Amino acid sequence: MYGSLAIVGYGLSAIGPGIGIGLIFAAYINGVARQPEARGMLQTIAILGFVLAEALAIFGIALAFVFSGTNPNG
Amino acid sequence: MSLPLLAASAEHGYTAPDQSIFWQPLIGSGAFAITRPAIVFALSAVLIIALLLAGTKRLAVVPGKKQMVVEAAYGFVRNSLARDIIGSKDFRRFVPLLFTFFTLVLVNNLFGVIPPIQYPTMSRIAFPLALTVLLYLTYHIVGLRRKGFARYFGGLVPPGLPKLIVPLVFLLELLSVVVIQPVTITLRLFGNMFAGHLILVLFITGAEYMFIDGGLGLKIVGIPTIIMAFVLTLFELFVEFLQAYVYTMLAATFIASALADEH
Repeated sequence: MYGSLAIVGYGLSAIGPGIGIGLIFAAYINGVARQPEARGMLQTIAILGFVLAEALAIFGIALAFVFSGTNPNG
Repeated sequence: MSLPLLAASAEHGYTAPDQSIFWQPLIGSGAFAITRPAIVFALSAVLIIALLLAGTKRLAVVPGKKQMVVEAAYGFVRNSLARDIIGSKDFRRFVPLLFTFFTLVLVNNLFGVIPPIQYPTMSRIAFPLALTVLLYLTYHIVGLRRKGFARYFGGLVPPGLPKLIVPLVFLLELLSVVVIQPVTITLRLFGNMFAGHLILVLFITGAEYMFIDGGLGLKIVGIPTIIMAFVLTLFELFVEFLQAYVYTMLAATFIASALADEH
């Protein structure tokens, strides 16, 4: 069995964006529930926020592969 | 279609796919090889041209089916992306660029799940990078032309800040505009397609290994694995649409902020 610590690091780095994206969409749902007519405007803002939070997770996966190294056993 | 992977797994156990599955030269080898994504990309360009020509050949006031699809895609990019984000004053110049981004990214992403192509071109970083270079030049050049050098870079700092932190904010904003924005938009598209495709390959080849080489226990576990592969394919389809939308939206946002009068 061989694994990479870099992938564990990616798992850790995905926690923050996961919470962040949850908060963003929670706020979006709240906003739409209170004011359904603002849906269009809120959607753009929510997706923009989602994208910015997601960037961190994407950095994580790119770096996980950059630093994944080689298999010491073979 | 991951032949080296299957050959490796037949010998000793299952080898999980890694980034090497994306390197698939078809003609030649080394840096100038014609690879599978290059051909898929060319195919996507031909397909987009053919679809757009077919959709706009006989324009009618009451649109036919093809014209309706093309008009819906164009209208979406023009109205809900370009006009709403850049503003009604000068969005028209950027509609062709944004529409190109949207269609190109969307079709190339969809190739990731459409058999028999099943290769998301954007999972090779060169392709999103080339699109971003175009975008990068565009938004800096239109910004510089509109405002001139001093106002373009001076406008990065919001007015009314205490004098002490102005240099700090300026450096941060400069870093954001010059480095972080293009890097994140490229890596986002690349990373999503790369990771998504890797997950699909992992589940599908994993299920294949379990069914063919595994014992009874592994064969039973293979059933949820193949169901999961199906579910994740649908999820990928969703992500592919979303990423095309997100890329175009961010492109429009960058252009808008380069053109905006104040911070």
